[in-house]
Amino acid sequence: MPVFIINRLFQAFGVILVMSVLVFVGLYLIGDPTSMLVSPEATEIERQALRKALGLDQSIWVQYLTFLGNAAQGDFGRSFLTGQPALQLIIERMPATVELVIVAMTFSVLVGVPLGILAGLRPKAPSSKAIMTGSILGFSLPNFWIGLMLIMLFAVYLGVLPASARGETVSVGPVALSILTIDGWQHLALPALTLGLAKAALMIRVTRAATREVLPMDYIKFARAKGLRPSRILNVHLLKNILIPIITVAGLEFGQAIAFAVVTESVFSWPGMGKLLIDSIITLDRPVVVAYLIMMVFFLVILNLVVDILYMAIDPSAREKVRD
Amino acid sequence: MDVSSMQATATAKREPLLSIKGLKTHFATRAGVVKAVDGVDIELGRGEILGLVGESGSGKSITGFSILGLIDPPGRIVDGSIDYDGFDLVSMGEEARRQLRGNDIAMIFQDPSMTLNPVLRIDTQLIETVQAHAEVSTAEARQRARDALVQVGIPSPDERLKAYPYELSGGMRQRIAIAIALINKPKLIIADEPTTALDVSIQGQIIYEVKQLCRKTGTALIWITHDLAVVAGLADRISVMYAGRIVETGITADVIERPLHPYTQGLIDSVPSHATRGRRLHQIKGMTPSLLNLPQGCAFRERCERATPECLVAPEPTLLPGGKSVRCWNPAL
Amino acid sequence: MSTPTTVSPTTTVEETPFRRFVVQFTENRLAMAGLILMILLAIPAFGAPWIAPQNPYDIGALDILDSQMPPGSVAEVSGITHWLGTDSQARDVLSAVLYGMRTSLLVAFLSVTVSLLIGTTVGLCAAYFGGWLDALLMRIVDIQLSFPAILVALVMLSVLGQGLDKVIIALIIVQWAYFARTVRGTALVERNREYILAARCLSLGWRRIIARHLLPNCLPPLIVIATIDLANAIALEATLSFLGVGVPVTQPSLGMLIANGFEFMLSGQYWISFFPGIALALAIVGINLVGDHLRDILNPRNAL
Repeated sequence: MPVFIINRLFQAFGVILVMSVLVFVGLYLIGDPTSMLVSPEATEIERQALRKALGLDQSIWVQYLTFLGNAAQGDFGRSFLTGQPALQLIIERMPATVELVIVAMTFSVLVGVPLGILAGLRPKAPSSKAIMTGSILGFSLPNFWIGLMLIMLFAVYLGVLPASARGETVSVGPVALSILTIDGWQHLALPALTLGLAKAALMIRVTRAATREVLPMDYIKFARAKGLRPSRILNVHLLKNILIPIITVAGLEFGQAIAFAVVTESVFSWPGMGKLLIDSIITLDRPVVVAYLIMMVFFLVILNLVVDILYMAIDPSAREKVRD
Repeated sequence: MDVSSMQATATAKREPLLSIKGLKTHFATRAGVVKAVDGVDIELGRGEILGLVGESGSGKSITGFSILGLIDPPGRIVDGSIDYDGFDLVSMGEEARRQLRGNDIAMIFQDPSMTLNPVLRIDTQLIETVQAHAEVSTAEARQRARDALVQVGIPSPDERLKAYPYELSGGMRQRIAIAIALINKPKLIIADEPTTALDVSIQGQIIYEVKQLCRKTGTALIWITHDLAVVAGLADRISVMYAGRIVETGITADVIERPLHPYTQGLIDSVPSHATRGRRLHQIKGMTPSLLNLPQGCAFRERCERATPECLVAPEPTLLPGGKSVRCWNPAL
Repeated sequence: MSTPTTVSPTTTVEETPFRRFVVQFTENRLAMAGLILMILLAIPAFGAPWIAPQNPYDIGALDILDSQMPPGSVAEVSGITHWLGTDSQARDVLSAVLYGMRTSLLVAFLSVTVSLLIGTTVGLCAAYFGGWLDALLMRIVDIQLSFPAILVALVMLSVLGQGLDKVIIALIIVQWAYFARTVRGTALVERNREYILAARCLSLGWRRIIARHLLPNCLPPLIVIATIDLANAIALEATLSFLGVGVPVTQPSLGMLIANGFEFMLSGQYWISFFPGIALALAIVGINLVGDHLRDILNPRNAL
């Protein structure tokens, strides 16, 4: 088992390295950021000076190696706009995003799994068909559209929930949390619902598919032949088996949700790192974009690893396969 | 409602344990109605061992599942009665039926690699079977689970209790499935080809042990198989199934030595033995008919060497002396 | 569950796979509704220049006095009835929706077609030739698919810049890998069948084996993902344009129209965003209803 993890860590390191090259080379080709930073009246000499100050006059490979060396020490350069370290900017915004995503994912599992089981148990019932049609809407409609409709309904028409920004936060150590105040929850509600609905739709489909796969299994029929109560068959025999794909998907979707928070945060002006990314892309603030992407790659790779390990913890026979 | 007190009043001593009359279990599919079981009669005494023989698709497994009430849509018992120890299993409510399942009537499945839940430990799967039918403490249930493993001859039972199914061999898993079936001391066990998926060496052991256990505990057994040779040394009586119907029933020795039905005859002739040594084995001509589209009259008519014009009308079971019964216009009397 | 179908002896029509497919498809009312919806949206969208009440991008025809009019108002200057209102620049929302739908559908259709071609070629080659080529191609596919589509598209667009063609390229880069993986999976199963082995023994050329034997078997799953991907492409393009990194201002798609009206929504002028939003949702839902049912029919695992 440790061999497996070490192996995977090496792979992860390789992926991160490859992605860092791709991201850096790709973004190097973006237009000249100095044009955004200096006033249009600036002379060519002033522009040159700025390029030199930002290290942009060097060749792309020198820039990359410098970047890589610095990045290894956690230094992704400074934002062209604010002059703050890029990593620090991202880390400052991270709690807001992670909080949003955790609340959204919790919602999606709590709603999606029971509905998915229901739809899987009686696939032909009208209620199941309604659930499945609803889930098509949930995951095919773009996230910003769902957000928009929720804003129209709850913020504009009913006027019960705020449509933008983060509410009052309470600092727990270095981290500011909004789930500890009522105002915070009110502001969190719509963005989390927006993100959560799409993920709930996915959880419904995964749970239903898993339920439909497990139900015809001999061990379910054997459990019935043993005379177990239906509740026991459902809560133990079925649930324990469908939990494997559910946890795998929920884990991987956690990473997707952090990425998709880019959209949700833009709609709701949620001050997370997704909003920061969009702003940085539009203003060509290259160090921040690069730092965000490298952080995401790092995060996704680690997440994949964690999901794999988790998978092994819940599926007894997977442990065996790795041991061999 | 307490099942055991009810049955005491409901049963007379000489009544058979199980009596199935005219059972029909059909499946409504897109392509038409599949008549998997189409008029089956079975009678089984207490402690008796019946071999239910037929090729795949003859409806023998569906008969077993019908007894336990485990037929799922699109399948349905459309006609007939299943009388178990004074209870009508067909009209019985689901909760009452659940109380019988695993407690009075147990089942062993074909493939031991599929019957045990892969994510639950062996002890969980045994203990829950006890606690589904009796209000006993987990410690007490665990003791019974251990006893059941010892009973089916599993070495170092304490270790096995803590194992997951994937850690055990196929033969071991089937023993555990048998232990689960026996744990609540049922009066009837339905075994659906429990040795087909096992190595030949283990097959014999399991058959021998199950027979011993049933004899010792007085448990009746229906052993479903496609292999006449398996039940020859095991069953008291044999019923042969073909295309959803029982074509012949009788004492094991009678059926094997003097088969009445041409299909039974064909089955016996296709088993190699000392008598057939060096000769070409008999083969039943033609193929098993589709259950969707059975030939008119006797379903075996088109493959039968003795077929006559009257076979266009389906024969009813003819009762013969010695507890024999055959569904044929031209039995080998 | 449908009732058992009994074929009456008078029927002489031969049951071909295609006919069975058509019958199964038309049986589902929801899928038919989706198909009709798709047609009802596509026709006016592609006919927009001829049927729209106004060319919303002809600046000369717009008068700022007619801006932000609620649905159903009659313009004072042009005398046109604005059934869906006007936006902040006095554009007729209905016309803008029709033109926007045209842009959205065009981008989605082109990007799906090209990614289908690229993905199918890659998938078939990987499956047929195997070995290091397969390993290399699938590694690339795996790595790409492990990153969220939205991030890949955002990075591509920030590298390429804005423009209709750039959006299409970004969408192709995001989507081709799905097709490649699906086609490879199906083709790999098919490749190991005996008839392919037989064809190879006859030393038929690899081009012929791929085109005549592997490709036709990959078609059913391809049709399903291409349909669903069309909806995904529309949604992704709308998202990118909503975020301001997609189509240019001169050719707004539905996503950009929604973004333009977003600021007015909170002040109660819902129609500028709402109607493009409804059009977008109808298009996506229509395609998905069709795709979902196609999956039920064409996925052999679901066949009885």
